[in-house]
Parts: sequence; C-alpha cells; structure tokens
Amino acid sequence: MADEKQNNPGEGDAGLDKLGESRFRLRKKKEVPTGLWLKCEGCGQMIYRKELEERMRTCPACEFHFTLPGRERIVLVIDEGSWQEHFQDIVSIDRLDFDEGIPYAQKIQRAVERSKQKEALICGLGTIHGRPVVLAVLDFTFMGGSMGEVVGEKIALAAELAGKLGRPLVMFTGSGGARMHEGILSLMQMAKTCAALAQYQEAGGFSICVLTHPTTGGVTASFASVCDITLAEPGALIGFAGPRVIASTIKQELPPGFQRAEFLLEKGQVDRIVRRAEMKDTLAKLLDYARGPVLEVPPAPAN
Amino acid sequence: MTKDIPRPQRERLASGLSFERPIKELESQLTELQALALRTRLDISSEISAIQNRLQAVTEETYRNIGAWETVNVARHTDRPAAMDMIAALDEFIELHGDKAFADDKAIVTGLATLKERRFMLVAHRKGRTTKERLACNFGCAHPEGYRKALRKMKLAERMGLPIVCWINTPGAYPGIGAEERGQAAAIAENIMAMCSLKVPVLVIVIGEGGSGGALGIGVGDRVLMMEYAYYSVISPEGCAAILWKDGDRTSDAAESLKLTSKDLLKLGVIDGVIPEPPGGAHRAPQLAIDEVQRTILRELRGFDGLKPEELVARRRERYRHMAAIPGRFPSV
Ligand SMILES: [Zn+2]
Repeated sequence: MADEKQNNPGEGDAGLDKLGESRFRLRKKKEVPTGLWLKCEGCGQMIYRKELEERMRTCPACEFHFTLPGRERIVLVIDEGSWQEHFQDIVSIDRLDFDEGIPYAQKIQRAVERSKQKEALICGLGTIHGRPVVLAVLDFTFMGGSMGEVVGEKIALAAELAGKLGRPLVMFTGSGGARMHEGILSLMQMAKTCAALAQYQEAGGFSICVLTHPTTGGVTASFASVCDITLAEPGALIGFAGPRVIASTIKQELPPGFQRAEFLLEKGQVDRIVRRAEMKDTLAKLLDYARGPVLEVPPAPAN
Repeated sequence: MTKDIPRPQRERLASGLSFERPIKELESQLTELQALALRTRLDISSEISAIQNRLQAVTEETYRNIGAWETVNVARHTDRPAAMDMIAALDEFIELHGDKAFADDKAIVTGLATLKERRFMLVAHRKGRTTKERLACNFGCAHPEGYRKALRKMKLAERMGLPIVCWINTPGAYPGIGAEERGQAAAIAENIMAMCSLKVPVLVIVIGEGGSGGALGIGVGDRVLMMEYAYYSVISPEGCAAILWKDGDRTSDAAESLKLTSKDLLKLGVIDGVIPEPPGGAHRAPQLAIDEVQRTILRELRGFDGLKPEELVARRRERYRHMAAIPGRFPSV
C-alpha cells in the first residue's frame, strides 16, 4: 500500500466517500500552494504536475495510473465533438435527514460547487474511433464516486439508453462503494443497477467495464462485476472490502500488491489490464468483436 | 465480527442491551417468587400475578420505545432464534452442501425444505450457537464460495420448479485475503444479477442482522420481509461511526442516522412487510417467533401460486429498478 490515504476506511462494501473527499481536499490544500510537484502514490517519486497531466496522469517513473477526473476520462476515450451528455441534471436529495456534523444536503451542495457537475456519474453518447457507444463514467473525485440513488439510477438509465439505441455500454468506475448517507437506499442501488443490466444483457446488449483506481465496495459488488468484459487499469486498487478493514479484521499485514489490478489478473478476477495510453484503441477493438463473426470491411485479398 | 472486537468495545456492545435492565429485574423477581412459592407452598399468587402484569407492561413499554442501536443489539442477541433453530422446526430439511468448485462454506446453509404442505429451497446465513459452531460458521460471514453455493442451489431450485426462501442473518460478507482472492465482490454481484432473473418465486426474510452486500448477496426477492427487531443496513453502525466521527462511542448516533430498523425500511418502501415478534423480542420467546415466521412463509408461498415465470421475473426486475423511487423524480429513456 503506497499511501495510508489510499485505503478504504469503509467496512464491507460501504462508504469510501469520506476518504475520497478528504483526499481531494488534501490535494488542494497541500498542493495548490506549491503546485508544481506532487508525490507519486505508486513509487513515491516527485512528479512535475505538467508532465503528469501530459502523460494522462500516469507516473513517468512507475507507470502508476492516478485517479482521472471524469471529464478527462471522456476526453481520453470519446472522439472529439461526438460527446453528448444525458441526464446531467439529476441531483441527489437527502431522504434520511443524514447529519454527520454537516447535513448531507450541504455536502452534496459543496461537491456540486467544487466539481461543477451534479453527481458522481457522468453518462452520455459518443463514439470511440467512430464506434457509437453509451458511456458511463463514475467519477471518484465527486464524493469518492460513492453510489447513492442518483448514481444507481444513471447507471440503470445508461443501460436502458444503450438498449434502446442498440449500442454497447462502456463504463469506467472509481468508487469507494455505497454512499452511506443514503443508508439502505444506497445498498438497493446494487440491485437496481443489476436489474437494469440483466434486462439489457438479456436483450443482447454488450457491455465493458473498466475498473480504475480505486474501485471497492458496493460498486465492485454490483454492476461493475457483471459486464461482459472486465478490464482494469494498471495498479488500480480493486476489491470488495478496503485493505484497512481487511488488515484490522485478520490482524495481519497484507501481502504486497494485494488487491491491485495485477494481483486480480493473477487470481483470475479480471479479463485484462489495459494501460491508459492504449485504452481507446483497445476498447475500439473489443467493440468490433461484438459486431459479429464476419468483418464488415474484409482486408484486401493478397496478390 | 465478535471475535475481532476489542474488550472496551465489547463492553459497549453489551451496554446496547442495558435498556432491558428494568425487564431483567422484574424477570428475576418473578423467578425468585415462583421458586419461593414452590419451596414454601406459601400462597403468593397475587404477588406473582402483580409482577407478571408489571413485567408485561414494562416489556411492552420498553420495546415500544426501542431505539435503532438497541434494535441492532436485539438483532444480534445470542438467544435469538437463528437459521439452525428455524431449520429444526421444519417438517423436513435435507441439506445440500458445497459450491462444487472450492469448498462448503458453513456460513451459508442450503437445502431442500418442507413446511406443512409446501416444498422449497432454503438458503440461509448460519451463525452457529456454541463457540465451536460460531467459529466453523465464521460468525455468519460468508466467503465467495458461500455465495456461489447459494447460487448453485438457487439455480437447482429453478430447474426443479421450487420456490426459494432466504433467511438473512449476517454481520456482512467476510473481509479477508482469501475472500478477495476468490472474488468476493464478483460473487455477490453475480448472485444479485442472477436473482434478478430466477424464474421461480423468491421470498426473503431478514431474521437478524442484514449486513450490507453480504445480506443482499442472497437478498433479491419478489417479497422481502423483516422480523420486527431485525436490522438491515448499508454499513454497520460501528463502521459508520468509525468513518464519520472516528469515534466508536457514536455507534448509537450512527444507527439512528442510518435508518436501519424494520419500521424505517417499511416506511422507505424497501421492504414489503414486518413479521411481528413476541413482546420483548424473539430472544424472549424463540418458539413463538419461529411459529410466526412459519405462518408467514406459508402465507407468502401460497401468495405466489399461479404466477407465471415471466411475470415473476418482470415484476421482480421492476421492483428493484424503481425501488423506493419518488414518483416523477427521475426521467425515463
Ligand atoms: Zn510512480
């Protein structure tokens, strides 16, 4: 584990969002004054911020894939000019009167102001090297990508939209799990998203989910794990329980690399690890295989 | 998991039942008086019945005002009837073991069950009663193989045309190294997904602890009920308090905030009904509680009669797709 702050303080599959937020805040506080350099979560090296941004937020020394804000993800995988966002105005509400010191309603408000988006899930239509898809991106930088009613609803809507348009569904996840401020309603999103995906898959829909750093809890334990193809970014922390919860339960140090994408690949839990730089090309190729057994434009016959 | 709770916290947990003190005092007075009457042949029947009446009043009063944290502790009570007690009360139970891939996870028990004129597949979390049993059952915290075993048996029920009854009673799915290596998250996700498509009726009853994804992993049903003092939550109150306030003493606040009681869930529209418990909770009169659960199962199973498989699946998916939704809040595609 590179960094304590990286860990999921949640229990089982709930609530990383607190951590996600504090990390976010910490980054701002700590880094904005100096601004130019930041420390790699993977290898500890200092990286020049501009360089990191130019390298799609991957470490030049160790290739660690930093958490990518949702908007940047869209730019990376969707063809320029093809993006059309849907359902962007749905907002979360505080149905439980959840107050942890500050009311949940206020927390949402703050997250909205800070991120200039209304929820952690961004959904829309676009093309990937010309292939039309429905894309859903769960943005870790918005309340730790935690899944409440709105995130669950937008995943379900994305699946339904993909079904209606006959398009493949591509998803990216970064999440601490269920949003505990929405209590049992957040847990029920696991079933809601799966119900919508079951409907979509039964009708022949094809889906790919890319697990990015970090994806844990109720997101991993629902829609993110039931797509046709499961990809992961290098080094991504992926699991059900967070490492801190596991370590404190078993009272044992965790093996190196535990719950990282490479570990999951080794254990047979993901189909493939794909580097960020190759993500768009890989997605396009995989999408082509869902078009059927015969190439639409066969290669020119050899002379 | 009890075994991992350090001593001070264990005492706090115990104090979660301190609200029962007035009941306990009257109960012990009553026992003493009854013993005295037997021993001495004194006629103190009027004193005894006075105490009995007070006990009844105090019990009802105490439980009428029970808080969320107290409810959690009642749900965890070691005398509370659990899966094996309820299985013992069935007319027949033939256990079917194993996931046919890795192991037989004892934290989930599965098998063919008969109750009166009804046959069904039972899938239940198992906690165990004695220390030895509890260890063997991992305190009701299942590993992926437990969820996969459940899935196999549910698929079997589907093939056999048997309805499925699930009893939920788990602090949560186990957070361990092996569990992660073998895909705990994927196992739960696959169960949730598969349960959305089962062509036979699924009845879910939360009989004790409804611990998060570990509960939902066998918890997607056509009808979902809770016993009165069971709880069902996205996170344990301890976990919630630790994250929000870094303070184990605020578990009570966390429990209250999470809205995890049967009353709360019914109000939110997440469950379909509440199975009433005997006065003072199921741990006070396990047999009465089990009888009520059995009556409920029979009534619910009869209610599924005549439903077509496609209808069941469509309704179940619709139920979860729009679960607890506020009408008109979300757009449609
Ligand atoms: Zn690095």
